[in-house]
Amino acid sequence: MPETRTIRVEALSRVEGEGALNIRLRDGTIENVQLNIYEPPRFFEALLRGRPLEEVPDITARICGICPVAYQMSSVHALEAALGIGISPEIRRLRRLLYCGEWIESHALHIHFLHAPDFLGYESGIAMAADHPLEVRRGLRLKKHGNQLLEVLGGRAIHPVNVAVGGFYRAPRREELAALIPDFEWGLEAAVDMTRWLAGLPFPEFTRPYEMVALSHPDEYPFNEGDVASTAGYTIRVSEYERRFEELHVSHSTALQSQRTETAGCYFVGPLARVNLCRDRLSPAARRLADDIIGFETPCLNPYKSIIARGLEVVHVYEEALSILRDYRPFQPARIAFTHRAGEGCAATEAPRGLIYHRYRVNAEGLVEFAKIVPPTSQNQKQIEDDLKAYLPSIMAEPDNRVAELCERLVRNYDPCISCSTHFLKLHWDRR
Amino acid sequence: MTYRPKLAVFKFASCDGCQLSLLDAEDRLLDVAGAVDIAYFLEATSRVVPGPYDVALVEGSITTPHDAERIREVRRQSKFLMTIGACATAGGIQALRNWADTSEYLKVVYARPEYIRTLATSTAIADHVPVDFELRGCPINHHQLVEVIAALVAGRRPRTPGHSVCLDCKRRGTVCIAVAKGTPCLGPVTQSGCGAICPAYDRGCYGCYGPVGQANVTSLADHYVNAGTSPQQLVPLLRNFNGYAPEFRKESERLAR
Repeated sequence: MPETRTIRVEALSRVEGEGALNIRLRDGTIENVQLNIYEPPRFFEALLRGRPLEEVPDITARICGICPVAYQMSSVHALEAALGIGISPEIRRLRRLLYCGEWIESHALHIHFLHAPDFLGYESGIAMAADHPLEVRRGLRLKKHGNQLLEVLGGRAIHPVNVAVGGFYRAPRREELAALIPDFEWGLEAAVDMTRWLAGLPFPEFTRPYEMVALSHPDEYPFNEGDVASTAGYTIRVSEYERRFEELHVSHSTALQSQRTETAGCYFVGPLARVNLCRDRLSPAARRLADDIIGFETPCLNPYKSIIARGLEVVHVYEEALSILRDYRPFQPARIAFTHRAGEGCAATEAPRGLIYHRYRVNAEGLVEFAKIVPPTSQNQKQIEDDLKAYLPSIMAEPDNRVAELCERLVRNYDPCISCSTHFLKLHWDRR
Repeated sequence: MTYRPKLAVFKFASCDGCQLSLLDAEDRLLDVAGAVDIAYFLEATSRVVPGPYDVALVEGSITTPHDAERIREVRRQSKFLMTIGACATAGGIQALRNWADTSEYLKVVYARPEYIRTLATSTAIADHVPVDFELRGCPINHHQLVEVIAALVAGRRPRTPGHSVCLDCKRRGTVCIAVAKGTPCLGPVTQSGCGAICPAYDRGCYGCYGPVGQANVTSLADHYVNAGTSPQQLVPLLRNFNGYAPEFRKESERLAR
């Protein structure tokens, strides 16, 4: 009789959204590894059709409560491409500032509440606070800064109301933004200390020959604009994205997974991909920290060290946000006027957890005819499964609950955002 | 001895934003965590304590046959069940399928629709089980969430105002955008809780806290139509995050006819 061993993590914890993990071993060899996403489908791409295009940033924000700005930014850029709208440098800077707020909030949450407890052996950030009060309270304060920036610029932290096609509904007053400067000065120092703390965490030895993919811009760290660059050596325009990367609705998993079109291979998006590809465009303080203080070596192919990359990015966004806050002058118009016309446009931006791609077609009445949204986690999903297959042989001797725990940790490196559920579905498990 | 209720957080079809609001209560998070026993909150902790629970926070709407069953089990396990956010209280933005053909939606999004199990509708939690308290909003306001939890711990009634957004605009000193600029604004028929942010950012309220008690939505819609807004523009305004809340739904269906 062949011996079958099934390990199930019924509900992944400390990830955004809900998913499970199924691992099946037969006679000691891995038969199947699946990241099972049981988020119910919400059909955003279908329900957007026929809606006024002005509503798209408000609606797509609701895909994800953790990274609404990523959806808002990607959709407004894609729609502006479809309508031929060029935004002003002032609007562009303010959009980068808004993204800074989301990166701080999302990264601080993931670092302190979802990820660091794994390295230090706690069930949650709240439990970790009992022994590491300084680090957790500092993390909460950083997270709060991100939310405060989103509140001033966007009206509120979750599902901001101020993002419009063409710009903003209202540009902030100078004093509203200036009031944030003292906190952000403190936060920059605190983010450096935080990253030094993260660099000292105990990291498992685990590296893979990843293909990492991120936006790349010649003179800035990528947020809203750039080409799509890969560590495999190619760089393409965003308009070529769908030729290089495809989404599959595969029978074994029922979740749409992205892969490289030519090779059917997986790829890796997120903070570690960005730092590997764009390290020289990090802000001076982040670069100094990486080069001289913690000695962060790139290319880094250890996914656990994503937490350090996240830390470096927090330093970067504090420094960039401070520079925008200090130089800010109110401007007019806050929103570029436009007229409706039929057209199609795409855009990619960098969500906290990786590259996100949107494409829309609109008609002359200003209604959406077609929408395609590729969130970061559907791009990482195949890579996560591939990592688990590579990792399992080294931990197979451990008892089931320990295997499950170690696999869950590996998944958390990716900061998966399962709520970005445009494509994620329940898996019907085939029990032969 | 202080009452330390056993708290659980459950998610159905949603974006996670409302449960995230609990973690967004940064300054008070560790106090809240001390005042309640967080027994089940997957987003925040790996610790899982089996039910029954004193307080269940339920986020999301019911969209699958499995979830229609699961909510009944959550109800059985929970002494006080509180829904948080527009998905849970009104079906959320995904309730747009209620006016569409869900099998057509399936074909648009998925190459192999036969793998998907979904209901034709997205409905509020209260359509499936009795609900003890509803906290509105898309997303909810974390100050209100902390207030309700504090009230439960103290054994008093929560203070969550039930007036319309208009009153908050007056308090903020925001010039009425509907009167001054003729922008269609749902403030007069929308419940307070957001802080009246949209008019303060030069745009009309889009009703993300749902209909206020005794809202006369027809009267407001007629006013905007008489002032020159087409009914076709008002339908999507009413049909968004709380579109399936009865008062908004009835009016959008009247205007669509």
